Amino acid sequence: MSGYLLRGVSLLGNEQVDLHLDNGVIAEVSEPNTKLRITGAKTIQGDGLIALPGLVDLHTHLREPGREDAETIESGTRAAALGGYTAVHAMANTDPVADTAGVVEQVWRLGKEAGFCDVYPIGAVTIGLGGERLAELGAMADSHARVRVFSDDGKCVSDPILMRRALEYVKSFGGVIAQHAQEPRLTEGAQMNEGEVSATLGLKGWPAVAEEAIIARDVLLTEHVGSKLHICHVSTAGSVEILRWAKSRGINVTAEVTPHHLLLTDELARGYDPIYKVNPPLRTAKDVQALRQALAEGVIDAVATDHAPHPIEDKDCEWQAAAFGMLGLQSALSVVQQTMVDTGLLTWAQVAERMSSKPARIGQIANHGRPLSAGEPANITLYDPTALTLISETNIVSKSRNSPYLGMSLPGQVIATFLRGMPTVLNGSSIR
Amino acid sequence: MHRHLLSAADLSLEDTLLILDTAEEMSRVADAPVRKLPTLRGRTVVNLFFEDSTRTRISFEAAAKRLSADVINFSAKGSSVSKGESLKDTALTLEAMGADAVVIRHSASGAPHRLANAGWLRGSVLNAGDGTHEHPTQALLDAFTMRRHLRAGKGDLSGIQVAIVGDVLHSRVARSNVILLATLGAQVTLVAPATLLPVGVESWPCSVSYDLDSVIAKVDVVMALRVQLERMNAAFFPSAREYSRRFGLDSTRLARLPDGAIVMHPGPMNRGLEISAEAADGLRSVIVEQVANGVSVRMAVLYLLLGGAQLAEHGQKALVEA
Repeated sequence: MSGYLLRGVSLLGNEQVDLHLDNGVIAEVSEPNTKLRITGAKTIQGDGLIALPGLVDLHTHLREPGREDAETIESGTRAAALGGYTAVHAMANTDPVADTAGVVEQVWRLGKEAGFCDVYPIGAVTIGLGGERLAELGAMADSHARVRVFSDDGKCVSDPILMRRALEYVKSFGGVIAQHAQEPRLTEGAQMNEGEVSATLGLKGWPAVAEEAIIARDVLLTEHVGSKLHICHVSTAGSVEILRWAKSRGINVTAEVTPHHLLLTDELARGYDPIYKVNPPLRTAKDVQALRQALAEGVIDAVATDHAPHPIEDKDCEWQAAAFGMLGLQSALSVVQQTMVDTGLLTWAQVAERMSSKPARIGQIANHGRPLSAGEPANITLYDPTALTLISETNIVSKSRNSPYLGMSLPGQVIATFLRGMPTVLNGSSIR
Repeated sequence: MHRHLLSAADLSLEDTLLILDTAEEMSRVADAPVRKLPTLRGRTVVNLFFEDSTRTRISFEAAAKRLSADVINFSAKGSSVSKGESLKDTALTLEAMGADAVVIRHSASGAPHRLANAGWLRGSVLNAGDGTHEHPTQALLDAFTMRRHLRAGKGDLSGIQVAIVGDVLHSRVARSNVILLATLGAQVTLVAPATLLPVGVESWPCSVSYDLDSVIAKVDVVMALRVQLERMNAAFFPSAREYSRRFGLDSTRLARLPDGAIVMHPGPMNRGLEISAEAADGLRSVIVEQVANGVSVRMAVLYLLLGGAQLAEHGQKALVEA
């Protein structure tokens, strides 16, 4: 016998069990603390720790290739592992753009070499994210990276005929289009949510309707052509209503929400600190409540980080000159605990569904988001919900520092992460 | 008073009255044989202008010089980004040069906030107009001008009726005026087509009208805002003529103003568009006076931000070093 024995962990926040991990799988699930030791297996005392299936992120910007000054696949996946993730989907807006089989295979290979978690490249919908011609979606699907999710994230596929064709085309290999819903004409030069705060600050508004109009159009297109649609980073109460309606009609649409849209509001822009500049922008408290409710009800399927690293100089400037985006991988589970679990909106089993099994299903990756039972892949996160973590620059392992939570205390801490039975994180620190 | 003046919202009623009363004192300097006070001798005021604005820069420069400050004009045309140097590096340069106050005009809303709060420099920051956000000294000089002309010059603006007409959406003057006039108890009505009012204006301490004619007969002050003709191309309004017909301060509307009402404009004006020559040059117009009052008000702000306790401290330090 070998591997790891996780003693007395709380399975999805419920009953205590011992988990024996061996040969990359969960070898045995047994009564707690019955086996004092297993010969050859390392023992981890897991009392008080919640065992979750390794988290799966549908929306990660790893910045490599092209912006290795902001993040690399290695540093980004290390951050992911510390956040409890065993799989991430790498967004296509790299330089060069992930719009060919060659680039997605490079990202896929670099992810394997880094070894902190599995990296599933997302392919661009259009060449160079240009919004004009379809990229070779079939070649990316057939590549070693086996791409199934396609997105121009950062930009909206705004041309309705191009969106229709993309939705139709991916049907032949069961793909899904992940839409960054942002009507470009309604958001030219937009800096923050359009509303009372933008009016006072004199910053150009990004109206909710610019997101909602695209979602409404695209769920109707999806129904019309019988395809599959995923909506990235839903941010408004109105979007939730459209998604609720679409799902009630049986339209094949899924949606994600970011941790920051579950916690932060546009009031934070008042000091003009660009650490809070993000796209889609932070919205109002009313939107935050609607998003939490939608995630609880399953109208929004998953939490996705939209982890977006930026170097210091892109945030240490005036708001208008700053880049959009914030870090998310290391803090996601804590934010979800604070906004969804501690508020009674979700159980830990439901958190596992929204942060692991559903995103794995949407991304069509087989060996993640599985139940924690014997014979399943040993992708596991151990989480201490009683910890209180002060977020500071010293505990960020990402190459960038643009976390909106710096200086805040967030509940919970990832204690260990196992990828196919091998730890990537132990005692709250990354291995290697 | 705060250490910086970034927004009209930084000013309490007491602060505002102190500035306006001090500005009255300062205006007497302009009439004295020697137009200079020694108050800020040895202190350095930097005019950091990222946008062309000769009139505002000259006004601040004259104000600082009349207080005997050393003035450095730092004209960085274009945005910090297009220029290549970041706002941060510019700020660090000014800090190294020992700027006691930085007067900043910038095209990005909130740039003065960053300058004041990002930890780049220690001096006071004065917002001389940032993007479409605020222009607090303009609101102060407007209030100063209103005080001189209304209520028999007794200084109380509570309850006066002010109409601000035009492109509120893109106007930093309107934002600062709404806030400052509310602090002073005046009743403000913004008059504009809905395209030129920000979403969220409902939360501002003022009322809103789309119809200048229904407002004009009841006001003590009508303030026309500059309209940029390129707004027309972005469909904010159909044509210059239509704008002028509906929102222009023409001779017909001028005639309907109550007795004693004044006409204001922050400049520069588009004559024939938002304001007719009769209105701009007529007896009710105080537009030229606004410019003159700008110097007095900016002297008062510089004096109060840099003077007082800070000045005493500085003087002692200078003595020790000597």
